[in-house]
Amino acid sequence: MNIVVLVKYVPDATADRRFEADNTVDRVDVDGLLSELDEYAVEQALQIKEKRAEEEIEVTALTVGPEKAADAVRKALQMGADKGVHVIDDAIAGSDAIATSLVLAKAIEKLGAEKPVDLVVGGLASTDAGLSVVPAMLAERLGLPQVTLASVVETQGNQVRIKRDTDVATEVVGGTMPLVLSVTDQSGEARYPSFKGIMAAKKKPLETWSLADLGVDASQVGLAASWSVVEETAARPPRTAGEIVKDEDGSGAKALADFLASKKFI
Amino acid sequence: MSEVLVLVDAQNGAVKKPTYELLTIAKRLGTPSAVFIGAAGEAAGVAEAVKKYGAEKVYVIDDAQIKGYLVAPKAEALAQLAQQVSGAGKDLAAILLPSSAENKEVAGRLAIKLESGLITDAVDVEGDGTTTQSVFAGNYTVKAKVTKGTPIITVKPNSAAPEESAGAGEVETIAVSISDAAKTAQIVATQPRAATGRPELTEAAIVVSGGRGTGGDFTAVEALADVLGAAVGASRAAVDSGWKPHSFQVGQTGKTVSPQLYVANGISGAIQHRAGMQTSKTIVAVNKDEEAPIFELVDFGVVGDLHTVLPALTEEITKRKG
Repeated sequence: MNIVVLVKYVPDATADRRFEADNTVDRVDVDGLLSELDEYAVEQALQIKEKRAEEEIEVTALTVGPEKAADAVRKALQMGADKGVHVIDDAIAGSDAIATSLVLAKAIEKLGAEKPVDLVVGGLASTDAGLSVVPAMLAERLGLPQVTLASVVETQGNQVRIKRDTDVATEVVGGTMPLVLSVTDQSGEARYPSFKGIMAAKKKPLETWSLADLGVDASQVGLAASWSVVEETAARPPRTAGEIVKDEDGSGAKALADFLASKKFI
Repeated sequence: MSEVLVLVDAQNGAVKKPTYELLTIAKRLGTPSAVFIGAAGEAAGVAEAVKKYGAEKVYVIDDAQIKGYLVAPKAEALAQLAQQVSGAGKDLAAILLPSSAENKEVAGRLAIKLESGLITDAVDVEGDGTTTQSVFAGNYTVKAKVTKGTPIITVKPNSAAPEESAGAGEVETIAVSISDAAKTAQIVATQPRAATGRPELTEAAIVVSGGRGTGGDFTAVEALADVLGAAVGASRAAVDSGWKPHSFQVGQTGKTVSPQLYVANGISGAIQHRAGMQTSKTIVAVNKDEEAPIFELVDFGVVGDLHTVLPALTEEITKRKG
């Protein structure tokens, strides 16, 4: 079986995230890392491989991004993925989800030409843009079933079954591989790379592909090809410091009630 | 004026508030048409409801071939409707969907089918199609616009105050053909979530949340929520401890809420939680730890034990309400 895990390099949420002058996310000058929510996707891919130990299963970590994005792939390799693919091309900078999904789809097709891809696994969302649409877009582009936002994943033979929590219900969804799967942070704690894993990762293959390798024309991607445009980005003004009272003599509740009344909530 | 399609959010035939908010926004962009994908028997009731908020047309798509499968058939149905509407020589100004996890996926697929730009989680849409989004845990505001095809925009709840205005509400049944390829992810079982009797978290005007500081006892949080008519939320710590199901989680990997009033109790205020509530209009917190980062966000904070402050507050509010 051939599993491809989508990993994204994102600016660290605890760092000072910002935009460039052209209103794209600053992905170069801000410290980045593998999107936390993609670690769950790597984890589920590895768990499937481990549960089906009698089969030959290869897990490939795939990313699209600037030079530093290779770190996201390396982290996945350290966790236990077998090989990595990094699609890098100056023309990709500023791509929206639609163009990114095109590049990913072409990369998956290229991987599939070597050996058919059975399962594409992604996370709940990136921790930067956070659209949560790339797995669905990939399924659309690849013509594959989408079994997405899983909190529990089970596979048997070529069948995949997941539990998915919607706003109003919990659903069990089933599909037949090949398919696109995405998992939430409820699917199970992601492992930390072991020392052995970190050492082993250094010897694992990490290929670098350009747009030309994928047969994608530069005019199809990047900021200029984006189907939407960001006109303005603005830092939200910091909230003005509010009043803090200490509930030392039991007066806290009354003070809070007075505040809520002044704002007409009661 | 060109048409704006609004996907109706309804449960068992009852139209939910975000639908009315979207119809209100649609009026800024053109002529609103509601799109109901559901049981044919519920269509008349839905049409009556949406025409009060300005829906000139109500397109009804029977969901017999749609409801048993995930996302793909819905995207196909909407794409076919969009093509029928624009094929009839009319202009399609935009397609608006309530921002839920499923609708974002539907919108993603629809964008590729229609070769149209997509904007998700808008908190405002202006008449010229300029959207406002809140990003980076609510630390930035982004204004964006679709530049290709028919703008597809998912809009978060509470993004507009619903305005009543009479529409013709002319019902038109639309026949769609769903491909076998779209029916490959089958919904094998559905377990509806038990009703809490409280407002829905993302739609509520007031949200009262509890975190680690509750120690697992949400009694005081829930009592306060009920006296305020609020929804109950929880931090990730509370959900991970098994005190509340994931559907209560406010934060980066749970719900994003933007109510008039957010009351955080025993919640420290980590960035992941802030991402889900930072855009609330008024924020209030009760926490034992005066160093808790949540106090940086609040309009009013009480340093104290929520197990004594909340019951006293609930009693005080009850008394004042008479």
